[in-house]
Amino acid sequence: MRLESRFSWLPTPFRSGLLFVVWLLLNNSVSAGHLVLATVFAILIPLATFPFRVPQPLIIKPGLALKQLIIVLYDIITANLQVALLILGPTKKLRPAFVKVPLDLSHSMPITILASTVSLTPGTVSAEVYPIPESLPKGEKPKQRYLLIHVLDLNDEQELINTIKKRYEAPLKEIFQC
Amino acid sequence: MYSEWVVSILLLIGGAFILIGSIGLIKMPDFFMRLHGPTKATTLGMAGVLIGAMVFFSNTQDGISVKELLITIFLLITAPISGYMLIKSAIHHKLKAKEGTKGLDNIEDD
Repeated sequence: MRLESRFSWLPTPFRSGLLFVVWLLLNNSVSAGHLVLATVFAILIPLATFPFRVPQPLIIKPGLALKQLIIVLYDIITANLQVALLILGPTKKLRPAFVKVPLDLSHSMPITILASTVSLTPGTVSAEVYPIPESLPKGEKPKQRYLLIHVLDLNDEQELINTIKKRYEAPLKEIFQC
Repeated sequence: MYSEWVVSILLLIGGAFILIGSIGLIKMPDFFMRLHGPTKATTLGMAGVLIGAMVFFSNTQDGISVKELLITIFLLITAPISGYMLIKSAIHHKLKAKEGTKGLDNIEDD
């Protein structure tokens, strides 16, 4: 896990890129003037806001991140179809369940991304991360973290845990190298 | 002419998914299951409507329109977060889950 960027003038490369793209999208144009303005904003705003932000892990493998994004987008579409079918089907046949997934990730930022992916993908909504930091004695780091998820129609608990760990968590570990 | 077909089909698909999400909201027996409809079925529905809007405005105005992509991105970012806040407060208030829900002992006290 790396918290600091290699270039001091570009502390958060991903956020800069995002700012650049968002500025162009907001203006709906790629004219030279907007390109220059977007570049200026993408460099100046992170520099101005970086000192008072909590440092977050940087994306170390952008290629893999892009691949993971496409996988998740594909899963969102299948998830929508699956959930639509489950909703229209008989309600009594559904087997709802709470499942605890042990996490290998330690930093809260990758965990947030994982929880959001789980919420957007088939039949699962993430509910809570255990242990809750406030319940621990002060200053103590949690040993093992769990993600509590609610499943709409549970088939096999172990299989679901394995899928989440392999399909969503392992790439995140690789992307952030933590 | 063709674009009108594309726009209307996309709007219909989007509308259908949003409707299904809302049906899920009424039909499901408990709060936790109800949450699944709005967090998922509606994201694809909104995507359909927004792609329809992109096609429509690209055809009726000069140049292509990509602003709608931003709405999609923000929806994808905010939908899981609001779902998470809802389910977290539901657990905090100890809402009853449907009978037969497995793994209720996985919920820890806070």
